[in-house]
Amino acid sequence: MTDPAFDPRGLAPDRLVELYRQMVRIREFEERVKRTFAEHPGVIRGHTHLADGAEASIVGSVAALRPGDQLTATYRCHGYPIALGSDTAAMMAEIYGRATGTCGGYGGSMHLCDPERGFLGTSGIVGQGIPHATGAAWAAQIRGDRDVVLGFFGDGASKQGAFHESLNIAALWKLPVVYVLENNSFSAGVRTEQEDANAAAGEPLATKAKAYSMPGVTVDGGDPLAVYDALSAAVARARAGEGPTLVESRVYRLSAHGNSIAPPGVPLHYPEHEAISRFGAVEEYEAAKRGDPVPRFRAALVAAGVLGDAPARSIAADAAEEMQHAVDTALAAPFPEPAAALEHVYAEAPA
Amino acid sequence: MITTYARAIGAALATAMRADPSVVVLGEDVSVGGPFTVTTGLAEEFGAGRVLDTPISEAAICGVAIGAAQSGLRPVLEIMYVDFLTLALDQLVNQAAKARFMSGGQLGVPMVLRTQGGAGQRGAAQHSQSLESWLCHVPGLKVVMPSRAVDAAGLLASAIADPDPVVVVENKILYPRREQLPEVVEPVPIGVAATLRPGRDVTVLAMSRMVSESLDAADQLAAEGVEVEVVDPRTLVPLDLPAVLDSVRRTHHLVVAHEAVAHGGFGAEIAATVQKAAFDDLDAPVERVGAPFQPIPLSPGLEDAYLPDAASVVAAVRRVLGR
Ligand SMILES: Cc1ncc(C[n+]2csc(CCOP(=O)(O)OP(=O)(O)O)c2C)c(N)n1
Ligand SMILES: [Mg+2]
Repeated sequence: MTDPAFDPRGLAPDRLVELYRQMVRIREFEERVKRTFAEHPGVIRGHTHLADGAEASIVGSVAALRPGDQLTATYRCHGYPIALGSDTAAMMAEIYGRATGTCGGYGGSMHLCDPERGFLGTSGIVGQGIPHATGAAWAAQIRGDRDVVLGFFGDGASKQGAFHESLNIAALWKLPVVYVLENNSFSAGVRTEQEDANAAAGEPLATKAKAYSMPGVTVDGGDPLAVYDALSAAVARARAGEGPTLVESRVYRLSAHGNSIAPPGVPLHYPEHEAISRFGAVEEYEAAKRGDPVPRFRAALVAAGVLGDAPARSIAADAAEEMQHAVDTALAAPFPEPAAALEHVYAEAPA
Repeated sequence: MITTYARAIGAALATAMRADPSVVVLGEDVSVGGPFTVTTGLAEEFGAGRVLDTPISEAAICGVAIGAAQSGLRPVLEIMYVDFLTLALDQLVNQAAKARFMSGGQLGVPMVLRTQGGAGQRGAAQHSQSLESWLCHVPGLKVVMPSRAVDAAGLLASAIADPDPVVVVENKILYPRREQLPEVVEPVPIGVAATLRPGRDVTVLAMSRMVSESLDAADQLAAEGVEVEVVDPRTLVPLDLPAVLDSVRRTHHLVVAHEAVAHGGFGAEIAATVQKAAFDDLDAPVERVGAPFQPIPLSPGLEDAYLPDAASVVAAVRRVLGR
């Protein structure tokens, strides 16, 4: 270690590099989703919401899990399955609505899942996945195998009744769940301090944990090791049967909330970030870009002597190649047969 | 004046707000127009005090609107997608719809809830639904579902003036459609249907996006010598039954067309009502056009196969005419 200030949080060098690799893969995937709008107009027509800016938070959180643990997420859901090892080609195919997609083209970008790897799916309805994480944790408690569930959601979602009702139940029943509130400073076109009483009062959103007598911590979501540390403590507490924790992970969403919405035929695109288009906060946005967690972690690893230039370049090249493959195979993949539209409404089609 | 469905609604809101200071608009992102730019410009004209961006708290927003309506305001609340209305349903169904009744007439809720539904934008299962039949099942609510800009504006004006809670169900595919409107849009009374195309062979009672699909179907069928009368109920509750019966008594055939799932849809209510009231006038059982009994898929081909369109109306007309 050349940088004496660098604290690997007990992680061996190969795991540190692995965290970085996952961050790069997520970023590359999101870039390719975004580029699809320009390079292959019409291929994505519905909604997409990107996780760029949240890579460190996602990777640091997932690193605190062990096999058997589970998680739920929102429509902004591409990062978690990548960190869990899902097939990125099938994910891209799902986003393109293809039969080979992770959900056969039924769900799309907002509704990825990979139950085999512990990803229990998403809700496109803000906040409504939080009870599912709570319920999965209840099932884990009943199984008694010490599995833990992470529930990911946004700052805006903490204004839903489902959030408050879930936290109360989880604390009351001491459920093995960790609520990861990704505070990305915006809820669509609104700033957090315009929609959240804690934020408006200058307090962290983790303050909400107090109302439910559970620990609430705020962590720099741009630092995967800080996130890993906070999540490890919360996961250990949950595994030990001591109940839930609310972790507020502070990130900055680097793309606009989602792609533009337009009637059929009108090309879609990624609009300018709301910080600029709505608030004129050019400098704030530029500062967020300068603090981009991906190059930031690379620089930290390089300075610490954990990552060399050549391996860093090959991680980037591998990710580029992997996601190029994801795009190519997804573009070439078949669409589902219209007759398939009636499948999966029930386990067995009613006679 | 050429405008769009979305602009016409925004203009109707502005007109109502200018005329009555108790009219306020609240909802998520309304100060920047929302995802479909309907409320664009209102915050600039009327200020943040009357055009409120809310947290993502549909239950509380709806409840707050009810309380405000009972205390002298005329709130126009926006639920961004009808799919999110589920979160506000207790407030709408158990509170707003019943306050007047439970209070023996003392507590009215002069509130308007605007929302929008419909598929066709690859929004997948949670952002594309048509859920108006749920609302029609609740006594105490009025439900309007305009298909044209002129009706969207005119019905909104009447809804704001109405002493009871009115739900306005708009449609995301219709928002950008252009239409010629008079300089001054007159209020459209709630509960009055409009005949959009006369015809003597069959009545197609169509709602929202299915109105333009039905007009297209009527054009196609006219080429075969079948004259279709297209009637838009505009209001679902209270339904203009006399207008429907008047048409059916002349054409002796009825097709009801909506985008919502046919199973348990409002078309079933209309079919049953008309069959009872005009049994002797009908030459064939009422036909219904609606979506299949399934959630809405993302993939383009699957969504297209799911969506009822002009071809579905043509097929239903052929069935009802036995040709
Ligand atoms: C119940 C509900 N209300 C409104 C919306 C529309 N909507 C989608 S995302 C979003 C903002 C959510 O913000 P946040 O929870 O902070 O998550 P982020 O998108 O920032 O990750 C809104 C209002 C929705 N999908 N569901
Ligand atoms: Mg947010």
